[in-house]
Amino acid sequence: MTGTRIDRRFAKTKAENRPAFVSFVMAGDPDEATADAILAGLPSAGADIIELGMPFSDPMADGVAIQLAGQRALAAGMSLRKTIDTVARFRRNDDETPIVLMGYYNPIYIYGVEKFLADAVAAGVDGLIVVDLPAEEDEELCLPALAAGLNFIRLTTPTTDNKRLATVLKNTSGFVYYVSMTGITGAEIKNRTAVGEAVSRIKGHTNLPVAVGFGIKTPEDAALIGRGADGVVVGSALVSAVADSLVDGKPQPGTAEAVHSCVRKLAEGAKRARS
Amino acid sequence: MNKRAANSLRQGPDERGKFGIFGGRFVAETLMPLILDLEKAYRSAQKDPAFLSEMNDLRTHFAGRPSPLYYAERLSAELGGARIYFKREDLNHTGSHKLNNCLGQILLARRMGKTRIIAETGAGQHGVATATVCARFGLPCTVFMGATDVARQMPNVLRMKMLGAEVRPVTAGAGTLKDAMNEALRDWVTNVESTYYLIGTAAGPHPYPEMVRDFQKVIGEEIREQIMELEGRLPDALVACIGGGSNAIGTFHDFLDEPNVQIIGAEAGGHGLDVENGHAASMTGGRPGVLHGNRTYLLQNEDGQILEGHSISAGLDYPGVGPEHAWLRDTGRVTYVPVTDKEALDAFMACTKFEGIIPALESAHGLAHVMKIAPQMKSDKVIVLCLSGRGDKDVESVGKHLGMAL
Ligand SMILES: Cc1ncc(COP(=O)(O)O)c(C=O)c1O
Repeated sequence: MTGTRIDRRFAKTKAENRPAFVSFVMAGDPDEATADAILAGLPSAGADIIELGMPFSDPMADGVAIQLAGQRALAAGMSLRKTIDTVARFRRNDDETPIVLMGYYNPIYIYGVEKFLADAVAAGVDGLIVVDLPAEEDEELCLPALAAGLNFIRLTTPTTDNKRLATVLKNTSGFVYYVSMTGITGAEIKNRTAVGEAVSRIKGHTNLPVAVGFGIKTPEDAALIGRGADGVVVGSALVSAVADSLVDGKPQPGTAEAVHSCVRKLAEGAKRARS
Repeated sequence: MNKRAANSLRQGPDERGKFGIFGGRFVAETLMPLILDLEKAYRSAQKDPAFLSEMNDLRTHFAGRPSPLYYAERLSAELGGARIYFKREDLNHTGSHKLNNCLGQILLARRMGKTRIIAETGAGQHGVATATVCARFGLPCTVFMGATDVARQMPNVLRMKMLGAEVRPVTAGAGTLKDAMNEALRDWVTNVESTYYLIGTAAGPHPYPEMVRDFQKVIGEEIREQIMELEGRLPDALVACIGGGSNAIGTFHDFLDEPNVQIIGAEAGGHGLDVENGHAASMTGGRPGVLHGNRTYLLQNEDGQILEGHSISAGLDYPGVGPEHAWLRDTGRVTYVPVTDKEALDAFMACTKFEGIIPALESAHGLAHVMKIAPQMKSDKVIVLCLSGRGDKDVESVGKHLGMAL
């Protein structure tokens, strides 16, 4: 098999004629041990790809649910170093499921780009999504990450027109992440038809798989969006499941299962997309 | 004569919005096309005589420019050293330098066909200036303000509301300026088609730092003319306070290539630089990082998480600073110094008592540094302080700090 874990996973879901189900959870939320349990159970619950949030104090593109998840993680002592360690622990038992780290640039910049890339690769990270690094800043992290063998997944949005798409796609690899709306994570998708049209438009410009995220909260949404998209991403709904399971801010025995049950339902929805 | 030499310090930023390693465009893709549009619109406005003449007309008749350069005679005598001048930005309409920037940006927003304005504010001065230009041009305005700041700057909240703006208190984080800016960015990403984000300081993604500087540099240009008239020479020292750095870069920029003018920025030293998270001196107590669209000096921990910062002055407790200052610091051209809450309070009272001018607490930080250096300078030396705003908004909180009964 060639390519990265991400390439292989999309080849598999394509062969099965279904969209990949991409689950976003926040590293270290609500604490390290519970987050490990959540992460370990994601693949069997139906996650084809895992996006692991790198908590940041100032998540400008995130809505309240993911903001709070990051705050819980930071309050429990999470850091970028520990996020990378989390991936390494996950990899001991799972060498197949792709892991994409998602977050903002400053913690990586402070960690040191070279060291970060080396440590991430060693831990078994497959790709990066860094929200505040547009194509104009490719030299910061994107090009070094590609050189280190990681996929660099870029966001395209409703404001990315065809002309700009070429710029955005140029150094994108793994998959293209289409943001379903102009907005922050957790907001409502207003026009589902427009999402489908945008996905077809992007597919006209690239052979990479196109996954759609932001605003997908129900199995019905996953089924609908997954008809045309190669992947559906769910985040806010999962971190909200973490939040809802807490009692006095503390994780409960059922916390990991609450997330997994949410993933099962959504992944089922995605599986139905083309049947 | 005015030609910029090849080694001029006034040529930044480069075409990618960088001042050395600082600045840049670190924004989400949703905003990127808009930021490129904004730059295009600004480039065309910059050389459009109609744009410039409308701005000049508003500066004269709406803002009340030029602002006076005032010789602070009693304070100079009291300190017994250099002659101290105040650039009276406090006398602008709305009471601070913030209007200079808002006038430029509102005209640009109109040119771009935007129908809604958003802004962040700390002390409320930028919020008031934004609400003012929105009232003047009939555009709806939403101002994001940290909940903590809403409480400590109530008079400005009322002014904004009377001017027709919606004030949205932000409870995230410590409820101060950085949180207000995050929330404004979230709104902008959501309403990107209709909305113009009127950033209040010389920070944020390119082209904001350059644009805000250009709209503020009238301060320094007027100082040059006025001090030549009053003293027949350039000042020996220029001092301004630093929040995000807009009044300071506006004051400094025209003098960057004048080697005999010493330039000093006063940062918020809060409780002191040795108090963890007790100050907002990003250049004297922080290190380079990336936040709010640009690389600059930031208050942050070893994991790259941004700290809240503290200052008695709501307009200075921002954990970052405009990228041009970060670069001027590293080149050594400008010196940045911390001023504590206590020193600022003392300067606030000195200005009030000796000059009959109640300064903004922000401006009092600059004055505190002037009060340190003036006595060490000879009486033929000249210092110009940018008195960036008036202190009406601060009288209640200063009264409380000084234990004055109402
Ligand atoms: C009077 C006054 N001066 C200074 C500042 C700090 O901003 P800047 O550093 O952008 O001039 C503020 C900000 O609110 C202000 O109100």
